[in-house]
Amino acid sequence: MTTARPAAAGTAIEAARVVKEFGQGATTFRALDDVSIAVREGEFFTLLGPSGCGKTTLLRLFAGFEMPSSGAILLKGEDITELPPNKRPVNTVFQSYALFPHLSVAQNIAFGLVMQGRPAGEVAAQVEKMLALVKLESLAGRRPAQLSGGQQQRVALARALAPAPRVLLLDEPLSALDLKLRKEMQIELKRLQTETGITFIFVTHDQEEALTMSDRIGVMSAGKLQQVGTPRDIYTRPVNRFVASFIGETNFLPATAVPGGVRLATGDVVALPGAPASGAVTLTVRPEQVRLVAAGEAGSIAATVRALVYFGTDTHCHLALADGSELVARLQSPATGDAGLAQGQAVGVTFVPGAAQIVGD
Amino acid sequence: MSPAEQAQIRRAARNGWLLSAPALVILALAAVGPLIIVVVYSFLLPGKYGNVVWGFSLDAWRGILFTRDIFDGTLAWADANLTIFWRSVKLSILTTVFTFVVGFPTAWFIATRPPRGRALWLFLITIPFWTNLLIRTFAINEIIRNEGLLNTTLMRLGLISKPIEMIYTDGAVFVGMTYVYLPLMVLPLFAAIDRFDMRLLEAGYDLYASRWQVLRRVILPIVKPGIVAGSILVFVPALGAYVTPRILGGGKNMMIGNFIELQFGQGRNWPLGASLSVTLLVIVTAALLVYVRYANGDDRNGR
Repeated sequence: MTTARPAAAGTAIEAARVVKEFGQGATTFRALDDVSIAVREGEFFTLLGPSGCGKTTLLRLFAGFEMPSSGAILLKGEDITELPPNKRPVNTVFQSYALFPHLSVAQNIAFGLVMQGRPAGEVAAQVEKMLALVKLESLAGRRPAQLSGGQQQRVALARALAPAPRVLLLDEPLSALDLKLRKEMQIELKRLQTETGITFIFVTHDQEEALTMSDRIGVMSAGKLQQVGTPRDIYTRPVNRFVASFIGETNFLPATAVPGGVRLATGDVVALPGAPASGAVTLTVRPEQVRLVAAGEAGSIAATVRALVYFGTDTHCHLALADGSELVARLQSPATGDAGLAQGQAVGVTFVPGAAQIVGD
Repeated sequence: MSPAEQAQIRRAARNGWLLSAPALVILALAAVGPLIIVVVYSFLLPGKYGNVVWGFSLDAWRGILFTRDIFDGTLAWADANLTIFWRSVKLSILTTVFTFVVGFPTAWFIATRPPRGRALWLFLITIPFWTNLLIRTFAINEIIRNEGLLNTTLMRLGLISKPIEMIYTDGAVFVGMTYVYLPLMVLPLFAAIDRFDMRLLEAGYDLYASRWQVLRRVILPIVKPGIVAGSILVFVPALGAYVTPRILGGGKNMMIGNFIELQFGQGRNWPLGASLSVTLLVIVTAALLVYVRYANGDDRNGR
């Protein structure tokens, strides 16, 4: 079980051109709109998006609780679209945990193994191993109702991991936990995934959770997959306005493409290699990649400080450009320093080289 | 604690007893009192025209299982009585099992409807209670008797040439009791299924359980309190049923209830009627104890 993650791995589970519609006739709601995604073997893959974007529906299609309206689900290249959930080597950690209230912790963990018809000795050994993995050895005889939220969460994990599934699906499993516990469980989940080498597909609407835990992230919106990539890719190279704004904070500035760069509404030109030759575009730049310099400095954009918001580790400086468009700069205190700034002050703005980029809508 | 406070607590306790006194008096007069009379009567002698004659005797208790030969006075097994006991227990168990088999899907259906539809369905379940039991039983009689609705229809259709004898059989009593007691099974089952977290079904399927295994390993153990309650509500009145076996079973397919009535009526053997009543009470209590203990024990040890 604790095999090392293969460096260049094959595809574990795949959705091929999946469409899922609910309801009939005029009230049809398209929850998934032609989604294709391939999750690699041994990967921690996160489906990220706002509620109602179709991420949970996609997860339920992988689990087999729903059938796609069209398209296919493939497990290691094999079509499992028609296979019921109890025949799929895929397990789910439910948002509500859905622990069996009439069974003890150990019996909950054993459930999948018993249903698979494993011999009693093997079941007992695997339950021991799982209890140790989630550090619940002392609570084996308890009922779920006697456990705290975090403990129930760990039982749900152990129960789903016990049959050693090919793929583990996690449906916002941390959303019911308080912040401190959530942070602990994030680390715990990552550890479990590394130790077991099982492919995890994790659904969340929390972008920070997605960035810190995932090998790759699939960003979803309105039933469509917007972008798939590593956290770094997604954060630094968002493909469109939705991804850029959903992952982290960012600034958008309307601009016009000119040879070798873009011209802002203020008339300033930002050099941007690889920009289109002409047309209206949207420029995006992360607040931490905005630098403040002295007003009038060569190559800087003139701006006025509108407001300063102190956050402890950093200060958010809200700026207004000459044309009235707004921009936020995140100044790390004390490194960058905000001591000299005051409301109404005129400053110059520059972007970290290569940070500003054009995004589609 | 100050003496005043202690007095206050004593007064509260006394008031509590006083307030529940009406209920206690009714319980004593209406339940415990008659029960004592019945137990006492079972040790007396039968009067010639009913009633009892004072004088200690165990005849009534002997009479439950044995009959005394009129000529030589030897005791022999009372086969008729045993048949009646056996029929009562058998029909009650059958009724309980069958109402569960029919009632469970019904309750499941109702509990999985949208809330508005659910109210309507529950309302429909309770409608039979609006009509007198006697009339409902006669209605069944009207359907299944030899010249009844069912036989007439079948004969008109040419499916049978002479009436099927359904009335005045154990089967007729069984059908009647199932019909009468079905709502008593459905309602507690509904209450239990309504509380059942349907998400556990998905958890079960997800963990390799088939539909049958989900039913057996997840649903049934969790809704067990409802099954226990429903079974008790059906089994206990079924065992003492009087009207249904009387009307649908005729004179020859008696159950304990009818047998007891017979002793107080034509039989003019009140002590035997009393001992039979106490026996029925003991059977019910014992059955319940065994059943409830079995149900709970299963809960403790089962997976």
